[in-house]
Amino acid sequence: MKLYCKYISAILKSTMEYKLSFFLMVIGRFLISFSEFIALSFLFSGFTQIKGYTYSDILLCFSVMQMSFAIAECIGRGFKVFSSMVKRGEFDRILLRPRSTILQLLGMRFDLGRIGPLATAIITLIIGVRKSQILWNTGRIITLFFMISGGTLLFLSLFMFGATFCFFSIEETELTNVLTYGAKEHGKYPIDVYGKGIMRFCTYIIPYTLIQYYPLLYLLGKTDNWLYALYPFSVVFFLLLCYGFWRLGLRNYKSCGA
Amino acid sequence: MKKYYSFFRLRFQSGLQYRMASLTALTTQFMWGLMECLAFKALWESDITAFPMEYSALVSYIWLRQAFFTLFNTLSTDNDIFNMIVDGGISYELCRPISLYSMWFSRNIGGRLAQATLRSIPVLCVSFLMPSPFQLRLPINLNAFLLFIITMVLGLGVTVAFCMLVYILCFFTISPQGLRMVMTGAVELLSGDLIPLPFIPEPFRSVIELLPFASMINVPFRIYSGDLAGSEMIHAIILQAFWLVVLILIGSLICKNAEKKVVVQGG
Repeated sequence: MKLYCKYISAILKSTMEYKLSFFLMVIGRFLISFSEFIALSFLFSGFTQIKGYTYSDILLCFSVMQMSFAIAECIGRGFKVFSSMVKRGEFDRILLRPRSTILQLLGMRFDLGRIGPLATAIITLIIGVRKSQILWNTGRIITLFFMISGGTLLFLSLFMFGATFCFFSIEETELTNVLTYGAKEHGKYPIDVYGKGIMRFCTYIIPYTLIQYYPLLYLLGKTDNWLYALYPFSVVFFLLLCYGFWRLGLRNYKSCGA
Repeated sequence: MKKYYSFFRLRFQSGLQYRMASLTALTTQFMWGLMECLAFKALWESDITAFPMEYSALVSYIWLRQAFFTLFNTLSTDNDIFNMIVDGGISYELCRPISLYSMWFSRNIGGRLAQATLRSIPVLCVSFLMPSPFQLRLPINLNAFLLFIITMVLGLGVTVAFCMLVYILCFFTISPQGLRMVMTGAVELLSGDLIPLPFIPEPFRSVIELLPFASMINVPFRIYSGDLAGSEMIHAIILQAFWLVVLILIGSLICKNAEKKVVVQGG
């Protein structure tokens, strides 16, 4: 943990050397995600509801997904650039050091620029909370917290899953991008909007519904089953699964030279 | 003219070389379109009266956008020019005895067409074969189809002319990434890439429809399905031509200025 903090402070210092370009980048990222929010609010100026969900419900859903994704990208950027590290042989350097590989990988590539989308997520969360008629009690606040942290873990596992492919083929795969970016983009609507088939896929293959749809039902008071609020915990199993896959890949790793 | 044609052809051919392995990219395009169709279907079922387009017109819009994504994609495809500006390779470009603006313009269009020919055909084929509500219909009549082609060309011109403006503005800043991202966010919203422009509520909509961004994908894709027709359509086409001329004029003027002032930092 101490080492991770050291990594982060080193990265902070190096980004602050190029302040202007960093801030432009953050503003740019902010605007890209913020325009999505504007599009959403335009859309719902015409419609009052989608399958029984109101504008504020959608905003909450949107901000939870955006926030999870932004935090996960911030922490897990190392996994996303992993294929280029393998290609350049940088990963061998990491393997030589007597510290956890994942810790080094994540620490080296901590990505501060993601505070742009994070800002959008926070703004939409505030608007969503103020517009909604939810009676906020501790249970609901904790549910919201579970959703966000569960979502972050889920996206991190998917990034790790994508990185693991690099052990088996040196080409990077766009497959996991569909899953992660797609979920961020389309996860703004509760998943049952998309119909039964997508629901099944998002429950049994990639457990999106566990962090989005089910806890959201509890959050919005559409169900009294408080067990739904605990569903995000099950993402830990998915994470372990992906970690196992990563370990398997690591054992198969052959350097392709620098 | 011949030299610009050869720049176009060179870029077209090199574009075709690299794009064979984009099967996964196609899956992405396709899934993206499908998810969007499903989401709008839910909206449509929730409130038919508030839906500003025919559902089938919307489905066509989404599939066309997915198919011709690379043709109208602003600023995220052409990394060459950005890299050239950052690493100083631009100095070679300036040495060539032809106009920088026309050279980049033709090269840019070539690159886009190459990617689009490869990507659009499979997406179009699949979307024509989709089951009923999600099927891409044929254009409503021959007239609409011809106008669709014409406005596609105009729209492509406007898109590239706008991108050229951004490239040239990068001459004046050292960090093009930031500028590029700011522009991407704005264009995505204003061109109707995030949601089709008819979904935008009224006071904003009439302003946005006058901007050059509305002349990019908005016009051809809506003409295709007959959503845009009559005098409204004629206005839109005239506006497209107007923006094309204006953007090219502004672009080449600034470009001439920038060429004189450009400071190459290393390379």
